[in-house]
Amino acid sequence: MATTTLPNPPAAPGPKRNRLGLQVLDYRGGKTTLCAGCGHNAISERIIDAMYEMGIAPERVMKLSGIGCSSKTPAYFMSRGHGFNGVHGRMPSIATGALMANHTMMGLGISGDGDSASIGFGQFAHLMRRNLPLIYIIEDNGVYGLTKGQFSATADLGSTLKTGVINDLPPIDTCVMAVELGATFVGRSFSGDKKQLLAMLKAAIAHRGTVMLDVISPCVTFNDHEGSTKSYKYVQEHEEAVNEVGFVPSFEEITVDYDHGSIYDVEMHDGSHMRLRKLHQDYNPTNRIAAVTALMEAHEKGEVLTGVFYVDTTRPSFTDMLNLVAEPLATLPQSRVRPSRQVLEQIMQKLQ
Amino acid sequence: MATGDVALGVPKTGSSAALSSASKRIVNDFSIQVATVNGSGSQSANLVLLKSIFGMGIPVSGKNLFPSNIAGLPTWYTIRASKQGYVARKREIEFLVAMNSETAREDILSLPSGGAAIYDVGLDLKQYRDDVVCYPVPFDKLTAAVCPEAKLRKLVRNMIYVGVVAQLLAMDLVAVENAVRRQFARKQKAADLNWTAVKAGYDYAATSLTKQDPLVLEPMHATEGKIIIDGNAAAALGAMFAGVTVVTWYPITPSSSVVESLIDYMKKYRIEEDGKANFAIVQAEDELAAIGMVLGAGWAGARSMTSTSGPGISLMAEFAGLGYFAEVPGVIFDIQRVGPSTGMPTRTMQGDLLAIAYLSHGDTKHVMLLPASVNECYKFSMEAFDLAEQLQTPVFMLSDLDLGMNNWMSEPFAYPEKPINRGKVLSREDLERLGGFERYKDVDGDAIPYRTLPGTDHPKAAYFTRGSGHNENALYTERPDDYQNLMERLARKFDTARTLVPGPEVVQTGKSKIGLIAFGSSDFAVRESRDQLKKEYGLETDYMRLRAFPFSREVHAFVAAHARVYVIEQNRDAQMLSLLKLDLPAAEITKLRSVIHFDGLPLDARSVTDKLVLQEEI
Repeated sequence: MATTTLPNPPAAPGPKRNRLGLQVLDYRGGKTTLCAGCGHNAISERIIDAMYEMGIAPERVMKLSGIGCSSKTPAYFMSRGHGFNGVHGRMPSIATGALMANHTMMGLGISGDGDSASIGFGQFAHLMRRNLPLIYIIEDNGVYGLTKGQFSATADLGSTLKTGVINDLPPIDTCVMAVELGATFVGRSFSGDKKQLLAMLKAAIAHRGTVMLDVISPCVTFNDHEGSTKSYKYVQEHEEAVNEVGFVPSFEEITVDYDHGSIYDVEMHDGSHMRLRKLHQDYNPTNRIAAVTALMEAHEKGEVLTGVFYVDTTRPSFTDMLNLVAEPLATLPQSRVRPSRQVLEQIMQKLQ
Repeated sequence: MATGDVALGVPKTGSSAALSSASKRIVNDFSIQVATVNGSGSQSANLVLLKSIFGMGIPVSGKNLFPSNIAGLPTWYTIRASKQGYVARKREIEFLVAMNSETAREDILSLPSGGAAIYDVGLDLKQYRDDVVCYPVPFDKLTAAVCPEAKLRKLVRNMIYVGVVAQLLAMDLVAVENAVRRQFARKQKAADLNWTAVKAGYDYAATSLTKQDPLVLEPMHATEGKIIIDGNAAAALGAMFAGVTVVTWYPITPSSSVVESLIDYMKKYRIEEDGKANFAIVQAEDELAAIGMVLGAGWAGARSMTSTSGPGISLMAEFAGLGYFAEVPGVIFDIQRVGPSTGMPTRTMQGDLLAIAYLSHGDTKHVMLLPASVNECYKFSMEAFDLAEQLQTPVFMLSDLDLGMNNWMSEPFAYPEKPINRGKVLSREDLERLGGFERYKDVDGDAIPYRTLPGTDHPKAAYFTRGSGHNENALYTERPDDYQNLMERLARKFDTARTLVPGPEVVQTGKSKIGLIAFGSSDFAVRESRDQLKKEYGLETDYMRLRAFPFSREVHAFVAAHARVYVIEQNRDAQMLSLLKLDLPAAEITKLRSVIHFDGLPLDARSVTDKLVLQEEI
């Protein structure tokens, strides 16, 4: 988790600053090269807002991605964070290695539906199993953009391409998979829902373990037409939230009392509180079976279910289970990682 | 040998000269073969035999020839005692312990005339060979007498043959007992039971068998101070002393024991006083993930490694290119086995050279280290981590099944005197002083740029790593000049690598027109073959043992200094010769000739000698 080493905010008035004394500008990235109106750009904006508002030092963030439109976006936010745009579908392994090397960093993985649900499905699954402390965002538009609009594995049954081709294979629901496989924070949002996405991202930052967020992010060029189930229009008309996500960061005082009957309060690892206002009667976000059932029922009804489906703040993360020393492994000095001359002599003795 | 040589059409009987008569003793210069089925627990007994001979001060080597199977298929363990110190495989077996009824007939047929065989009384192998000394042993009776517990008898039975062998070869019983006690050091009861079994076998042989063969072992002083270790454990030790911090793997024969040994060592020596680990080891879901984790960790600043074999290397191709192009360090151990495809997983080969040298699409090249002994498995393992970080690129260490999984004698390993070299990494203070940096710029003229590590607390520390086109500033580019500049710098960096990798080891008399080139585990056989060529044919040869790719300039000089150069290697396509052809000046290429060996069994000296003599038309 991020540590703060920067000076306290100045008292003098001026541009708005966060608790580290940084401006939003300090969280910006390079100019986007994606299409105007692409949902991915909106997600990048929310990431910037969430990191800024949570006061995460950008130097403490590793941005990891695979290949595809979505995987380009880490270049478009937080230039002061370290980025690694690797190979197609393999972001999970790079993230796993990077976080083992330095478990004091915050990991932010950006992937797409092709990257995660097709070529990288195996690595996706195993990252979930490990509960790697990573925010794993799938920018989900149901198509391959860079290769000009072929279906991906999250495209819904019966969804059509611009050319009229109909998808005749069932979709993979990455949220169902993530819950099943062991991720400890699973949700779905919509790039067009600023408020929900921002609150979810802030809660994600406060969580320690795998956060899997599937963010429906319409592709304005290849999948925003009539017949698509990943278009702005379709999602706006069919979105059904299981809960309304509120978030109170650890560094802010809790002022409003809440009704325990209508709100699930989840205390996060850093002392923040995620407050899930129940929109679905008795939806319990700590029940995996209920989460999967709700998702599968929504599919039956043609709804796009959003909200925080599942959260577990008790299961240890992968790097916690490794029982590592406090400092990053990457920069341990020779005196700690090269055993002594006596150790070698002892080993040689035994081999004689 | 019941496989391989037979399959290759080598005559089964009388092929090699008959052993001299029993009146002329053969001392410390023969091979013992134990034929069993895998899963029968004979490994401990065979190691006891090997270590007893070692304990007697006699140079010895052991080879396990095993099937890709859990239990029930034929396995052979060969022990070669050699007073001259030769440790390569020898084709001829003089002394057979036939414990596998399935292969017993073939096994005894493969012995030279005058050889000897121990077998169970029930087998009656005498019928197949009247020119071999036969020692029938009532194994069941002897085992039952010392081992009341029926379920342990399968294991204890093996120790009976150890005793019989010890008596017939006149072995030093103290050395045998030491070996038994050390083999079962943590289990007193097991040690006692096994020692009782050895003695029962020994006593039986002493009272009921009459020594008729000429083979004996006599104490020497050639192994004092030496160690016995397999190449994979040696490589693991090197990694631990190199300060490895992130280890990933996917189980595959014959490389699994690299990481399994490493896990044992790290748990013992790399846990800090507060019980916390200063390392992370993870079993990945496949080799793609294993190398992905290595590169993620290398990028984030860890000393990272994975270990695999041929099929894993094939899967790692795409990531290998990323590591090369984005300049990310990492160490990949390839314990080579027989390919292509699944091939023969438990047989040895030097077959991954070409695949690794250019692993991945586009113009990609990789640094390879080629250890030829357990000592070099240890040393080069350390070297690999330094080179990977110095050169900021994946470094491949090519061992093989023979070197990696078999036990070898060695001088004890030396403690590293060189401090760990972490390469060009800029700290926060450096960035403060410099005001920033360009990730992919050749500042020093050696084509190696500077990097920063994630977490460096400076606003200018970050850069964007990508496998797509990038300029000196790590920004995306499709500009022709940016791409060409980058690729030319990477080529120059490979030239820098020539000066940093271990150079070849050259034995040059200055008198010979014939040069031999070999590498890796072929070295054992080539050394012995050079002696055979000199002794039997009066042929002096010079020898260069390659230790790394890219080749250093001495390689060119060696070829230039000879009229004919034989490249000896364990693959069908003369892969090392191909790499040399690509590197040498055109005029030198015609000097190269090839000696190949690719039947899956370790190279032996006689094969080298015969093939070379044939080409030399002596």
